[in-house]
Amino acid sequence: MAKPKLAVYWAASCGGCDIAILDIEEKILAVADFFDPVFWPCVMDIKYDDVRKMEDKSITLTLFNGAIRSDENYEIAKLLREKSVVLCAFGSCASEGCIPGLANLYTRDSILDYVYKKSPSLENGSAVVPRPIVHVPEGVLNIPFLWNTVRTLPQVVDVDYIIPGCPPQSDQIAAVIEAVIDILKTGKPLPPKGTVLGATDKTCCDECPREKNVKKIKKFVRPFEIKSDPQICLLEQGIICLGPATRSGCGAKCVKAGVPCRGCYGLPVNVRDQGAKMASALASVIDSTDPVEVEAIIDTIADPVGTFYRFSLAASMLRRAQV
Amino acid sequence: MRKIVIDPITRLEGHGKIHLFIHDDGSLANCYFQVPELRGFEKFCVGRPVEEMCRITTRICGVCPDAHHMAAAKAADAVFGVTIPSAARKLRELVYNGFYAGDHTTHFYALGGPDFVCGPDAPPAERNILGVIAKVGLDAGKKVIAQRARGQRVIEIIGGKKVHPVTALPGGMSKRITKEEQQEMIKIGDDMVEFAKFTIQVLNDVVLANKAYVDMILSDAYTHKTYNMGLVDANNKINFYDGMVRVTGPDGAEHAKYEPKNYLDYVAEHVEPYSYLKYPFLKKVGWKGFVDGKDSGVYKATPLSRLNVSDGMTTPLAQEEYERFYETLTGDRMGKTPVHSTLATHWARVVELTFACEAVAQQARDEEITSDKIFEPPTGIIGEGVGIVEAPRGTLTHHYKTDAKGIITEANLIVGTTNNNAPISMSIKKAAEGLIKKGAPITDGMLNRIEMAFRAYDPCFGCATHSLPGAMPMEIFIHDAATGEIVDSVRRN
Amino acid sequence: MSFEPKIIGFLCNWCSYTGADLAGTARMKYPPNMTSIRVMCSGRVDPGFILDAFQKGADGVLICGCHPGDCHYVEGNYKCMRRIPLTKKIMKEMGIEPRRLRLEWVSASEGARFQQIVTEFTEQIRALGPLTLNEWAFAPTEAEAPHEQAAGRE
Repeated sequence: MAKPKLAVYWAASCGGCDIAILDIEEKILAVADFFDPVFWPCVMDIKYDDVRKMEDKSITLTLFNGAIRSDENYEIAKLLREKSVVLCAFGSCASEGCIPGLANLYTRDSILDYVYKKSPSLENGSAVVPRPIVHVPEGVLNIPFLWNTVRTLPQVVDVDYIIPGCPPQSDQIAAVIEAVIDILKTGKPLPPKGTVLGATDKTCCDECPREKNVKKIKKFVRPFEIKSDPQICLLEQGIICLGPATRSGCGAKCVKAGVPCRGCYGLPVNVRDQGAKMASALASVIDSTDPVEVEAIIDTIADPVGTFYRFSLAASMLRRAQV
Repeated sequence: MRKIVIDPITRLEGHGKIHLFIHDDGSLANCYFQVPELRGFEKFCVGRPVEEMCRITTRICGVCPDAHHMAAAKAADAVFGVTIPSAARKLRELVYNGFYAGDHTTHFYALGGPDFVCGPDAPPAERNILGVIAKVGLDAGKKVIAQRARGQRVIEIIGGKKVHPVTALPGGMSKRITKEEQQEMIKIGDDMVEFAKFTIQVLNDVVLANKAYVDMILSDAYTHKTYNMGLVDANNKINFYDGMVRVTGPDGAEHAKYEPKNYLDYVAEHVEPYSYLKYPFLKKVGWKGFVDGKDSGVYKATPLSRLNVSDGMTTPLAQEEYERFYETLTGDRMGKTPVHSTLATHWARVVELTFACEAVAQQARDEEITSDKIFEPPTGIIGEGVGIVEAPRGTLTHHYKTDAKGIITEANLIVGTTNNNAPISMSIKKAAEGLIKKGAPITDGMLNRIEMAFRAYDPCFGCATHSLPGAMPMEIFIHDAATGEIVDSVRRN
Repeated sequence: MSFEPKIIGFLCNWCSYTGADLAGTARMKYPPNMTSIRVMCSGRVDPGFILDAFQKGADGVLICGCHPGDCHYVEGNYKCMRRIPLTKKIMKEMGIEPRRLRLEWVSASEGARFQQIVTEFTEQIRALGPLTLNEWAFAPTEAEAPHEQAAGRE
């Protein structure tokens, strides 16, 4: 019997998800054994044209990481949707935009303007800006057209499952892959469409080992402003930590390492906007009933949108800033 | 005029393509290397608190996030005008060497290595990690996986997370190392040194013992005599984490040695309309186009460059390899003559790998790394800072300007591979020129030798421990450049 | 045709909703642009509700709660009092006029005050104009390069 086909693709991503898959270490041998990888640009010499020629629904499982921010990203997303039985939004970029989603605070043109016209190391007297179609003496060259708004994979194609995390932690990846192999071997039913895999259903606070007491904040501080106590909840010490508004499953590695959670595992269950949830949580712990004092305490939050929506801006309720 | 488009290029940075324009008589008209992506970090970092840059910029690259983490931390330190405690500095260097020990392994065995170890004309189905294993044994595959795991473990212990480390802050580090963790890292370091010796053996037995490979390395088709750049310490020895930037000319003479904060006096960037990636060059020499030589500002920043600009390594086995490298390729063990053969970069990478492994073994034994004095909150602010480290792929520069509260107002990043954009383009073109000839059909082996020209640079994405063969159908469509019609196709299988 | 603002009002059950009822039974006239949503306490209003309202087409959002010290649940309105300024900060950074969100304390006996607030707020929003969230919905046509760039694309 033919092995089930596997594809792993990266759109606007950093490659961390692919590395996280490889960090399952020797278990990758079992993956290579069970599946027939047919498209994985970072490890195989397969081209887009080869994918175009594949039969629809011939790829059993596609793990798609990276955000959608160019016409090429979109084209391959659609292509892989056609060719795949199960399409997973793998990692934070595909699920909710992740860091590339922060570009939604600006416009594409303002990005091009800085990178190619204003950056201090430029010597670009003629202010050349790269563009999709370029005529050179020998013919025509093209590069993808960059979108103004970064989108998540579910916003542009139909997605079966979400695997959150930046990156999804390797133990979770291994567990998901083992579950998939089990389902394929035994014929057990797939989970309901839209299920979040590779994560649990509480918040990061649940996995955090620090002592938690009543929080009363008179002032927020930035992580470098104090020597924080490694045993006590960071939020209690005034350091903004997105634990309360972030899905569990990562093992709370960041807080164990002494820095606050920044929300990379995405929305908790039943939450539709991570930033709004965090704002709500923070407001609850501000220790003041005087409006003027409250404003002053809120002013100590250095970068509300960039912090509360660090990983989920593109998937948030407003999705992008109106600029 | 016909056109061949290699899209996407593989076993490296996932997004890149090569356009080859071919005259009707079969000779090469021109060759363009293009990078089809841009995410805009320099712009969307504006408004972010500077300490957050350590965790935001890691998402530029998930293979070398540690490089960005360190460059960002150093730039942030400079923004606040702080010198971090000695124990913090040691932790940062140790984790950084641990990172190199894993990363260079990945490239040598799975990425560029197969071309070198299996040979450029090996059938595509063999030209990958499995072919390497066939040459050197299944054990090698498991050793590579184990070595990568060791590197990631050091990052997890000191950096908090394997991919996208988190513990560097302006002012030091956020996590203290326990005695148990130190013991674990000492064992890791010793195992890493054994792996380095094994890799040197692989290099000797499979590559250097083969005269055809050595000839290929030294051949003109893969040679560009450019300037070289890398970080060196006070004694001009290689240090990945910190130092002054040293640039030497094609003849080996020093062109510049500068402190990171002065980088703008020495480096500028050129733009072409057909690629999103800019082309850094040496400002004082000037942009003269895609040409090499001492009058052209094009420079390389690769492991080979680092060896060229330095006077040696600070650990014994690596120093031995360094001397052997230069003696074999130039006749001068002291390394006064630079090596310009692009393919020799693979060997240079092994020399650096050896250093990184020895450094981990050495630095893990330093008692100070378990100290609790790893962080001092900054008290003042200067508002501008530059942090430079050597990423495995080249010199990495982070330059930040902030307001009085330390919120980014401007960010300029020159990322490792970017330094090599012009040399990569030139290497590809030179290889193509050498291979695509009038009247000769275009073969699969030719296409791979063209790709080999850039793979040596290990552009941004160093990949898997596995490069899986399966069917390797790479089909090239040859379009009429004017009408877009397909006139021919080459399939490699 | 002039612009008719769409306003969503979150009114707390114990004070503000009763105050609004008073305005109603006393036949006090005020613009009909506001749709009232009764919540048990202004502290129930999650910033997500506010953003959701804007995303779904509201041009303005009004929240009314009990006066500080009078909250039926003791502290609920204080939570609201802290959430709103933070939500306004987020709105501002996201390019939405913070004045489109307003928080007022209205007691059960303040029917006239309720009338005055709603009238004033409606006119404020009318002056600000409709809220448009550009490029919120994904349109596949945005995937295409502008016409002149798409022409000649292979």
